[in-house]
Amino acid sequence: MAQYADSEAVDFAIVGTGAGGGTLACKLAEYGFSVVGFDAGPYWRPLEDFASDERHQSKLYWTDERVVDGEDPLQLGSNNSGRSVGGSTVHFAMVSLRFRPEWFKSRSLLGYGADWPVDWREMWGYYREVERALCVSGPVTYPWGPHRPAYPYREHELNAPARAMAQGCEALGLKWTPTPIATLSAPRGQAHPCVYRGMCVIGCSTNAKQSVLTTWLPRALEAGAEIRDLAMVSRIEHDDAGRITGVHYHRDGQWRFQRARNVVVAGYAIETPRLLLNSASSRFPDGLANSSGLVGKNLMVQSNQAVWGFMKQDVRPYKGPPSLALTEHWNYADDGKDFFGGYCFMSQGVLPTTLANVHAKRGLWGQPLVEAMQRYNHTVGVKLVGECMPQEGNRVTLADERDAFGLPVARVTYSYGDNDKRMITHALASMREVMAAAGAGELWDETNDTAHMNGTARMGEDPAASVVNADCRAWDIPNLWVCDGSVFPTVGGVNPSLTIQAIACRTADRIKALAARGEL
Amino acid sequence: MGDRYPGYDVLSKRHSPSWNDQTRRVIDQRLAIDPDAHRFLNELEWRTLKAICSRIIPQPTARERPAPLAAMIDERLVKGASDGYRNASLPPLREAWRRGIAALEAEAQTRHGRGFAELEGAAQDGLLTAAQRGLAAHPAWDGMPPDLFFADRLLFDIVSAYYAHPHAWNEIGFGGPADPRGYVRLAFDRRDPWEAAEARSGNEASARRENAHVGRR
Repeated sequence: MAQYADSEAVDFAIVGTGAGGGTLACKLAEYGFSVVGFDAGPYWRPLEDFASDERHQSKLYWTDERVVDGEDPLQLGSNNSGRSVGGSTVHFAMVSLRFRPEWFKSRSLLGYGADWPVDWREMWGYYREVERALCVSGPVTYPWGPHRPAYPYREHELNAPARAMAQGCEALGLKWTPTPIATLSAPRGQAHPCVYRGMCVIGCSTNAKQSVLTTWLPRALEAGAEIRDLAMVSRIEHDDAGRITGVHYHRDGQWRFQRARNVVVAGYAIETPRLLLNSASSRFPDGLANSSGLVGKNLMVQSNQAVWGFMKQDVRPYKGPPSLALTEHWNYADDGKDFFGGYCFMSQGVLPTTLANVHAKRGLWGQPLVEAMQRYNHTVGVKLVGECMPQEGNRVTLADERDAFGLPVARVTYSYGDNDKRMITHALASMREVMAAAGAGELWDETNDTAHMNGTARMGEDPAASVVNADCRAWDIPNLWVCDGSVFPTVGGVNPSLTIQAIACRTADRIKALAARGEL
Repeated sequence: MGDRYPGYDVLSKRHSPSWNDQTRRVIDQRLAIDPDAHRFLNELEWRTLKAICSRIIPQPTARERPAPLAAMIDERLVKGASDGYRNASLPPLREAWRRGIAALEAEAQTRHGRGFAELEGAAQDGLLTAAQRGLAAHPAWDGMPPDLFFADRLLFDIVSAYYAHPHAWNEIGFGGPADPRGYVRLAFDRRDPWEAAEARSGNEASARRENAHVGRR
């Protein structure tokens, strides 16, 4: 791996190496820029470092303290927050879906949210680039949206939870498909196909998972990028003219400063605004890139409620990737809804402590909990990924508490809006129909889970109403960029990782073009 | 309820292709936890916590070495590690447990004139239910919402500890560690020979026979 001296001003210092930062580090290095990618977490070697154990693998999560409040306080940590080189993709469920084209202009075309400053046809090309880079396994023909080519690798065999959902959908005449998923269904290089050990969300120990760690980052190193792990960036520095000069970071017990011509913030929707706000200075007293006042605002999760039940048959929900069957029906159908936005839902495999806590959240303990868990192998579920609306009151701010580095921790405030609640009600009813039609009984709703986080540094066409432009470049500071889920103006009704990676690929192409014109 | 997976012992797979070295190390450490070790909690807190754990997760009395839930919690408290988030109405992990245990003990003394650990199971359940429903009101809670402590801290930590223990995996028929070997048979009612066999009416003996072999497959 290349190594740069702190004193050498690199072309790009990228803070965060997940779906946004890791992808961008690869593409920029391949375009010939000097790149250092910083990550607060370690650079794991999954074959040697990952155990087959839920409790042990919590080492993959961001477990520094954060404070949550609002009417619907979020669950962070294992739920949505990674602390590893490769970011949350090290423990993501690999679901790789494209946006519905209209979502890029949801304000103009569908009447809600905010328009993206990018065109879906351009994004369609970048989606294809990412799907090929990850060898996404999926169906030959996708049932929704404009034409797309067959997925690079064939779809996976369905596990029992996916078969249950497929049965339910078939019985109701609801379209479904094997989920496009970023784990290998055939060999690739030295990696063998997925062995269906079912522990995707605690880290894949066989490297079948096509995370940023196993796809973009090996390419980044090959192209000359440096990935500096266990390096916590505390503050972005600027000169008297207001141009960024580099980043302060903590590594090996000491504070250091890396000089850089450009800094990209890619810490995901909590750490990105936290770093921008923690970098406030006399020139930028409200934090960097914050003349709009929008840094930290419009935090969007996705509603992630579920319907669970029991089946007579053996389901054994620990086998295979968790979400192998999918319906996007309610993303593409606009009639029959009393809410804006869309949602998909997926079959849901589940590991023991996760399911036990689902039961605990509905109030079970003592003998009723033990008995419910004794039916683990007959448990089946479907889970929602629902589009939540942007609201300025849902936001990341700085708390008074400080972390081990002496930095103010994030306070994350979240409340569902009325539209979000109507969607959840609608989705729970639809999922119940499917579960009942699948033959599951004794159904119960998991009512309070969320997934993913986006939107705290939104992109747009108006500097007064957005933090970055379509190129992910800060309006206020020309050599400061944000490239992760934070830039989403809306979140859509699908898992965001494919779109984050597609935006990173587009950003790299734009940076290359701007550099060629001398406009960096 | 009888044993659903008679004779199934996930640890018998320890030397099978379903376990690798790093998993063996992790599980060995968990099994080596001294059930009486408490470095964070004092004697009274420890007795109360043990009593709480046995109400939240009643383990079979026949179990020679029950899953050491209280010791697993104490170990976590020694480390002091966060989950990565905390409701703004709750204090940090250590303070929340200290205050929550003290409050349940105080509730027991006030309502029953005895310590929590000395009460009958039904009385203990009554106090836990009151906390769960937010009805506990002793000043010892000191502003910490009892329902939030119960859901986010007490229940979450104890349940997470138990279902991380091989005893629980045996009880629910979980395949356990699965690396490098995963699974082949994914459909309904299909079981790989290295998975637990479930006893259904009339086939208890054959399930027991199958389960005796899971570690040799």
